[in-house]
Amino acid sequence: MSPQNRHASVFAALGDATRLSIVKRLSDGQPHSISELTKGTNLTRQAVTKHLRVLEDVGIVNGAKSGRENLYKFDPTPLHQARGYLDLFSAQWEQALNRLKTFVEE
Amino acid sequence: MPDKIVKTIELKAPIARVWRALSDYKEFGQWFCLDIKEPFTVGQPIKATLTYPGYEGLLWEVHIKKIQPEQLFSFTWHPAAIDPKVDYSVEEPTLVEFKLEQKDYGTLLTLTESGFDKLPEYRRFEAFRMNDDGWAEQLQNIENYVAKNNVATK
Repeated sequence: MSPQNRHASVFAALGDATRLSIVKRLSDGQPHSISELTKGTNLTRQAVTKHLRVLEDVGIVNGAKSGRENLYKFDPTPLHQARGYLDLFSAQWEQALNRLKTFVEE
Repeated sequence: MPDKIVKTIELKAPIARVWRALSDYKEFGQWFCLDIKEPFTVGQPIKATLTYPGYEGLLWEVHIKKIQPEQLFSFTWHPAAIDPKVDYSVEEPTLVEFKLEQKDYGTLLTLTESGFDKLPEYRRFEAFRMNDDGWAEQLQNIENYVAKNNVATK
């Protein structure tokens, strides 16, 4: 998959309010079971499982077996790759060029 | 995903003045925040140390590619090479180009940095870590994105 397609799939996976709410619950960085993620929502276990699988497919969530349960953990790396890094370099250049502007226009 | 950054800036200064600020190592060091002691020479590696607040003393190293007076100044480097423990020299560098054009108001400068697609994945993550806003902002971006695209709950 090209990086572009990969990023598009990350956003497609998050372009769903239910999945976004699951990601928000997972974004404390702690592993959570399906029961925990189902609690306090009107979703069924099956629905949560299905959404977690979509998130797992794009690498935002990692599932691991712990005893009899599967625990799910949030991994922000694909998001960083999608949005963060060029913006950051870009912002640094903006600052540098503004310093140059001040320097030559003085 | 674009693999390069392109920025333009209009400078109210004659092209000769802008060229000096780019090509004279002492002047370059002043606005770029570097302690630099050797002049820029094509084909040579140039080493200096950063004076930018928060990154003082870090090694800054470039390889000068082109010096075409009042037109083009370019070098390769390893962007955001901020971890002294990492040997960045094994990675493909990116190419930084400053292009100048004379305009009636002064000088148009176009900055291009290309080759980000060749950076290892871990470096993209590292670079992001330098960003103070971090993850919280990303989550906000996604929320805004979702809201804007009016995606309904399934």
